[in-house]
Amino acid sequence: MSQQYPALLVIVPLLSALVISAAGWINKRLCFPIAVAALGVAAYSSIGLLLRVLDEGAIVYRLGGWDPPMGIAYYVDHLNGLVLTVVSVVAFLNLIASKKSIELELGDKTAPFYALYVLQVTGLLGIVATGDAFNLYVLLEITALSGYAMLAMGKDRAQLSTLNYLYMGTIGACFYLLGVGYLYIVTGSLNMVDIANLLPPLYESKAVLGAFIICLVGVWVKMAFFPLHAWLPNAYTHGPSAASSLIAPLVTKVMIYVMIRLILTVFTPEFAFNILAISKPIVWLAVVAIFMGAILALSERNLKKMLTYIIVAEVGYMVGGAWLGNRAGMTGAILHIVNDALMTLCAFLVVSNIAYKLKGYAFDDLKGLVRKMPFTMGAFVVAALSIIGVPPTCGFFSKWYLISGAIQAGQYAFMVALLFSSLVNVVLFFRVIEICYYEPFADDGGHGHGPPSEPMAEAPLTMLVPLFIVAAGLVLVGIYTGDIVNKIIEFAIPQGIV
Amino acid sequence: MGDLIQMVVAKYNYWIYITLMMIGLYAMIAKNNLVKKIVGMNIFQTAIILFYVSTGAKRGATIPILEHGHGGHGAGAHMVHAADYINPLPHVLMLTAIVVSVATLGVALALAIRVYNRYDTLEEDEILAQIREK
Repeated sequence: MSQQYPALLVIVPLLSALVISAAGWINKRLCFPIAVAALGVAAYSSIGLLLRVLDEGAIVYRLGGWDPPMGIAYYVDHLNGLVLTVVSVVAFLNLIASKKSIELELGDKTAPFYALYVLQVTGLLGIVATGDAFNLYVLLEITALSGYAMLAMGKDRAQLSTLNYLYMGTIGACFYLLGVGYLYIVTGSLNMVDIANLLPPLYESKAVLGAFIICLVGVWVKMAFFPLHAWLPNAYTHGPSAASSLIAPLVTKVMIYVMIRLILTVFTPEFAFNILAISKPIVWLAVVAIFMGAILALSERNLKKMLTYIIVAEVGYMVGGAWLGNRAGMTGAILHIVNDALMTLCAFLVVSNIAYKLKGYAFDDLKGLVRKMPFTMGAFVVAALSIIGVPPTCGFFSKWYLISGAIQAGQYAFMVALLFSSLVNVVLFFRVIEICYYEPFADDGGHGHGPPSEPMAEAPLTMLVPLFIVAAGLVLVGIYTGDIVNKIIEFAIPQGIV
Repeated sequence: MGDLIQMVVAKYNYWIYITLMMIGLYAMIAKNNLVKKIVGMNIFQTAIILFYVSTGAKRGATIPILEHGHGGHGAGAHMVHAADYINPLPHVLMLTAIVVSVATLGVALALAIRVYNRYDTLEEDEILAQIREK
C-alpha cells in the first residue's frame, strides 16, 4: 500500500472528482463526504510519503510500470514531500472549514464546486509530485482551469476578473510549454532527471538559455511576480470565499515550488546562479515586487483585497530568497512556502468567516467586529503576527533565514525590502485590528456610549475549529522550525549551494 | 543581409510560429472586444502547437508506422532507421495540448457569455465604464 502513495495522491482525488459530479445528480449531500474522504486519503498518503522519504530518501514511482525516460515517473524527494504535505493538509482543512460558507454562497451549485475543488487539488498535488516536464504542464492547466471555474462562481466582477486571470494564466502556461519545447529539442527528453543529466554539455547553447528564461517567465506569470501580478488581486477578491481560501494559499506557492524545482533539478544551481549571472537583477525585481506589493496593500480599504496584495509581496520574498543563490536564502524560500501557505490560509479563513456573518469585508464593515466575533478575530491576530514576523509564529523564522541569506549574499536592498515590508505589515494589520477592536460598531450611528449592545454572533463551530487548528499550526510550525529545517529542508537543497 | 535571409528561409517554421504568437499577443493586449481577445489567445496557443508539430518533421521522412511491424522476427525483420520516420512524440504531446486549448477556449467563452449577460456588452471599455459608475 505504502508503495502506491505517489499514485494514490493524484488518482484518488481525480476519480473522486468524477464521482462527485455524478453523485451531485443523485443527492447533493453526498458530495461533501466524498470530497472529504478523497482529500483525507490524499493527505494521509502525502504524510506517509513524507515519512518514507525521511527514512529512505528520494522515491521514484513509475506510473504503469514504464521506465523513465519513456514513461512518466513521479519523483518525490524531501523538497516535494514537504510541499505535498502542505498542499494536501491545507486543502483538507480548508474544505472542512468552508462547508457552511460554500452552502451559503453557492446555493445549488455546491456539487460542481466540490468536484472542481477536488480537481484543483489533484492538479496541485500532481504538479508537485511529477518528474516529467510535460506532465507538469498538463497538471498546471488542470489546476488553472478548475481554478477559473471556481473563481468565476463569485459575485460582482468575478467573471470579468477571472477572464483576465484566464488570459494571463494561459500566457504563462504557454510560455512554460514553449520552454519545455526548446528543452525537448536540445535534449530529446521530457523527464526532469534525464534532462538534468543531458544538459551540462549544452549549457553554452542559446536554446538552453532561451528555454530557461521562457520557462521562468511563464512560471512568474502564474505566480503573480510583480510586474506580472495584475490578474491576481481582482480574481482572488471577487471569487467565492472557499475558492479564494484554497487558491490564494496554494497556487502561488506551488508555482514557487516549480521555480525552485527548475533551478535545483532540471537546471543545476551551478547553471542558474553562476553561468547565467542573472540572479542579481532577479533579486532586484523581487525587491521591487516587495515594495510595490506593500504600497499597493497600504492603499486598499478592503480586507480581502489588502491580503491579495500582501500575497504579491510574499511572492517577492520567495523569488528573491530562492535567487540569492546561497543556502540560507534557499532555506528561507522553501520554509516560507510552508509558512506562507499556512498564514495565507489562516487569514483567508478569517475573511471567509467574516463574509459568512457580515455583508462585506471592507474596512467600514469591520468596525467593532471583535465584540461580535472574538474567536475569529483572535485567530486573525495570530495570522497578522505571523505575516508581520513576530516570534514564536512561523513567519519570523523564514524571514530570519531570508534576511541572513540576503546579508550573506551582500544583497542589502533585499534585506531593506524585507524589513520595510514587515513594517508596512505592522501598519496594515494594526489598522485593521484598531478598527475591529476600538471603533464603535457601525450600527451605533456615532453615539455609541456605554457598553456595546451588539451580541456575539460567532461563525459556526465547523468553521472555527479548522481556523484554530491552522492558527495553532502557525505557532507549532514556528516552534518546530529547527526540526523542519534540519530534517527536511537541509536534504532538499543540493550540497553545491553553500 | 544575405545571412539574415538565409536564416529566415532555413528556419521558416520558427519565424512563422513567432509571428503567429505575436499576432495572438497583440490581439490579447490591443483589442477591446472580449471575444477578439479570446480569439487572440487561441491563436497564441495554436502557434505553440504549430511549433511543436514542426519540430517533429524531417525531410524525406514518412509517417511513423512500421509497415511490416508484426511478425518481425526471422526473415521479415529489418532495421528501423529513425531518420526515415517523423518523430511522433511532439505530435502526441500536442494532442494533449489541443485538448487543453479547446477546454480553455470553452471556459473563456463561457465566461464571456456571463460577462455579456451582466453588462450587456462585450467591449471592455464600456464594461469598465459601467463598473466605474457604480
